[in-house]
Formats: sequence, C-alpha cells, structure tokens
Amino acid sequence: MKWHQKSLTELGKALAEGSVTSEALTRYFLNRINSLSELNAFVDVNPELSLEQAFHADKLIQSGQKGPLTGIPIAHKDVFVTKGWHSTAGSNILKNYLSPFDATVVEHLGPQGAGMVCLGKTNMDEFAMGSSNENSAFGPAKNPWNDKCVPGGSSGGSAISVAAGLAPVATGTDTGGSIRQPSSFCGLTGLKPTYGRVSRYGMIAYASSLDQAGPMAKSASDCALIMNAIAGHDPKDSTSLAKPNEDFSRLIGLPWQGDTSAASQPLKGLRIGLPIEFFAEGLDKEVEMSIRVAIQILEGLGAELKQVTLPKTKLSIPVYYVLAPAEASSNLSRYDGVRYGYRAKEYKNLAQMYERSRTEGFGKEVKRRILIGSYVLSQGYYDAYYLQAQKIRRIIANDFQAAFRECDVILGPVAPNVAWQMGEKSKDPTQMYLEDIYTLSANLAGLPAMSIPCGMSKSQLPIGMQLIGNYFNEAQMLQLADTFQQTTSWHKIMSEISNSDVLGENNDR
Amino acid sequence: MNTQEIKHLAKLSSLEISDSELDFLTQELDAIISMVDELQAVDTEGMEPLFHPIQMIMALSQPLRQDCVTESNSREQNMKSAPAQQSGLFLVPKVIE
Repeated sequence: MKWHQKSLTELGKALAEGSVTSEALTRYFLNRINSLSELNAFVDVNPELSLEQAFHADKLIQSGQKGPLTGIPIAHKDVFVTKGWHSTAGSNILKNYLSPFDATVVEHLGPQGAGMVCLGKTNMDEFAMGSSNENSAFGPAKNPWNDKCVPGGSSGGSAISVAAGLAPVATGTDTGGSIRQPSSFCGLTGLKPTYGRVSRYGMIAYASSLDQAGPMAKSASDCALIMNAIAGHDPKDSTSLAKPNEDFSRLIGLPWQGDTSAASQPLKGLRIGLPIEFFAEGLDKEVEMSIRVAIQILEGLGAELKQVTLPKTKLSIPVYYVLAPAEASSNLSRYDGVRYGYRAKEYKNLAQMYERSRTEGFGKEVKRRILIGSYVLSQGYYDAYYLQAQKIRRIIANDFQAAFRECDVILGPVAPNVAWQMGEKSKDPTQMYLEDIYTLSANLAGLPAMSIPCGMSKSQLPIGMQLIGNYFNEAQMLQLADTFQQTTSWHKIMSEISNSDVLGENNDR
Repeated sequence: MNTQEIKHLAKLSSLEISDSELDFLTQELDAIISMVDELQAVDTEGMEPLFHPIQMIMALSQPLRQDCVTESNSREQNMKSAPAQQSGLFLVPKVIE
C-alpha cells in the first residue's frame, strides 16, 4: 500500500477499520525519510520517540477513543519547539537546543491533543529568513520534482516531506510567504491563516506581527482537518484571538450559496477579484497562462470575475524588508550565549562573549537582516523608514478592504516564477527579495492566504495560484479550493520520487 | 553607508564585523537600503501607522491574567541547554572587577 499517497481522511479510515496501525504507518514513513535522506528534508528524527507516540495512539484507537487525526504521522517545521526533538530554527546558534516544552501547535496536534505522531523536524531557512531553504545551517534541501532546484522557503523541508511522501502532512510558518511559496514550488496546498488564529507560543520568533503557523498538505480538505486541531485562542499568546472554535471542514463539498439545485454551478454567487498588479510585468508567461486557465475553470463553475486594484503591491517589498528586519533585530537579541544556544570559545569579557557568540552562531542572511533592522530603528532613521513603512502598511491593509467591497476572495499567482535552480539567486539578496512580491502583502495586512496547485511548467515544475481572503474567511477559502480540486487533478500529480517505492517498503505489509 | 556607520550598527546589534568583510557588506547593505528608499516617495500625510495587523480587526489590548502560579518548577529542564553552568546557575564571564 502506498500510504504516502493517501489523504488524511483515508488514513483515518484505515486506522479506524484496523487495516493499518499507527505503528506500521509510523515505521513506513520513517523508512521513507531514511531512504530519501538525500533530499535533506529532515534535520532531526528520533524513531524511538515517534514510535512511543504511535503506541500511545494505537492504544487510544483500540479503546475506541479515536479522533479524526489520531495515529496519523506529521512532520513539524524546525521553527516549532518540541520536547525530545532538537529545536534549532535552522541555525547554528541553536544547534542541539532541547526545549523544555512543546509549542502550542505541536501540543494541539500531538499525544495530548489530536493524537498525531511526530515524525521529526524539517529543514528551513535560518530563522525562517529566506525563500529557497538555501540559508539553512543544515545545508540546502532538494525539490522532489527536480533535485537541481530549490524547494522554496522558508518552510522548504516541510514542503519536500509532503511532496516526496515522507509525511502525510506537515506544519509550516509564514512570515512573508513561507508556507505558500514552498507549497507552490512543490505542488502542495498550503494555508496561512488570519493573523491571530493560531498560537505563536513556542514558534521561534522572527517577525512577531507577521508570523503565523498553518498546514502544508496534499489537498484543501486535509488543510481543514489540521486547522481544526491548531486554531483557537491560547492564553500563552496575547496576540492569539479569542474566537469561538469553528469547524473548518463545514463548508467543504457544499455549493457557495448553499443552493444544491445547481450542481454544475457550485460557485454561483462567488465574486473573485483579480488584482491588475498581480498580472503585470514580471510575471512569468507560463505561470500566468496556468492561472488564467484555472480562472476560466472557476468561471465555468459559476464564479463571477471582477477586476480589482491593489496599487501598493510593489511597495510591499520595501515595507516588508523594513518591518521584518526591525522586528527580527529585536527578537533575535535574546541569543546571547548565556542561557541556551551557542557560546563562542574565546572572549575577553561579557560584551565580547555576546558579540563573538552571535557572530559565529548566526548565518549571513540573518546578520544582514539584524543590521538592517538596527539601521531602520536607529535614531535619525526611525521616522523615515520604520514609521513610514508602518503607515504604508496601513494603506496596503486599507486597499485590501476596498477590494473586498468588490469581491469575496482575491486570486493571483503565489510567485512570479516556478522553482529556480539552486544558487541562481543566492548571491544577490535583493534579487531574492523581489520573488516575494505577491505573498508579502497578506502578511502585512494579517489576511488569510492559500496556495493551490494549478498547473505544471514545461520543465515539469509545479505552478501554484494564490487565494487571499478577508479576515477569518479560511473556511470559505477551503471550500473554494476544494471545489477547484474536485474538478482538477493538479494537486494529485506526483513527482517521480513520490511515485516510487523505496527499499524496504514492503516489509510492513 | 560608510565604514563608520556600519561599525556603529554592528555595535548596536552586538555583532563583530571583520575588516575583510566590510567592503562587501557595505555593498550589500547599500543595495538593500536603496531598495527600501522607495518608501520615501510615498505620500502618507495623515495616515496612522499600522503597528499590528490585529488593529485592522479590533483595538489592540494587553490582556491580563490572574496573578497566580501556573508553572511548575522545571529548573533542570531549563538548564539543560545552558552552555556553561555550575550548581544550577548560569555561568558568565566576570562582570564586576
């Protein structure tokens, strides 16, 4: 059985029926992780701990205490702290760090919550700073569709783990596109929820007013199941919003207006906004073509198309690259080599110990962003950069609200290009920043946004389209994405690696 | 950005920059600063800064909890990743001469 090609619902059913145990599933995925280790998707695995969680899940299932996710394995981005597995955020400064507690997301999904089994921690750009996973202290990771290409970032390892069938589903975090862009580059469905939906407690902080956790999965309905487990108020995160729990799957399979009589027009009544700026110069022709075809499909399903405008789209890049580094320079001041993390071997005094530990522990991109952050916050520059960026951020957020008066959801590309070759953009940091143009504004405004597979390039690399919804509209976005996935099969296309059996895979049958 | 400025920034950031890195780093930071300089041209007259996205949804508040003990003592766990320690205390270089 190719368990890695099954949906979470199918895996849950197989576990409930007893046709597979959590232990067997866990061994199956650990074996694939081990056999495909050249992808460098995982930075820490601990089979004993995983199996312990699987035994626990099997007991729950046997005693009839099974939830929809009990016993299903999951991979966590290394930005979430975990008891047992090392938590490094892809940085040498946290090498071998062992957290005394689990992040709230990890706790909600694990043995004390939904009962999922942690397979290990996935590779990422250091402190989530990057769009290619090349900034990881553990080395770059490979795109399962083409091992010369980047998987995207910063949640690169999580994207690979699902796309190559090393995990049924994974967690990611998104500060400027870090769930959506790797999902797009690897052919996955990924959701960045509304800011404040999911607790940030135990997520190693990068830019606290932008960071948000979400699922990276094979389909919209899988994303909904994970959202059901992770969303909700957390007293340990003062920015997590006190919203009543909701069932993110509740609209899946239903027509947009709830009118089941028009089965061929399930999206009747839905207004999709197409921002002019998202289809302007700079967008790869092949990517644009795939998205235009997807739009036609949605129109065929009854959706109405509206042209909208987000005039400050280009400015989201400088706004983000002022605000995120500013917050990072503050957040990362905690790494001083005293209570945890790396400490330099040689120093003359306390100040030099801080400086050397940070200089030796942080990678290049992280140091660049700390310096830029210090610059835009420093006396004489604060008003011109930091404050000005926060004002434009308000304009960007207001522009979205103006657009949402015309439409229910905004649609466009996730990224201007498909996955690029390793090394192609890593020499010039500003060149890589430009690749984030379509994803940054949703973070600046705090809006929910998704990546959905909608095509393949001639070079056999996945293409993703982006949905941006209004605050708290995740369930509606998942409904729309699911309707698209019921009509198309882009999300089902597998890379060669995930179609192949790995050595030893038959042992557990 | 000149050498003096970069050295000052490094000081503010508690980072060391070697002389051999200076030139290249100056170029890189200059490129980033000139990219974000675009912001200066935008008219933001009368616009309030949006420090936090939650302000788009509701007034930002600082929730308070009951002042009671919620955490158990996990000193041993917390000390596990300390780079230098003795008798359950963090060790640092001598601060007071």
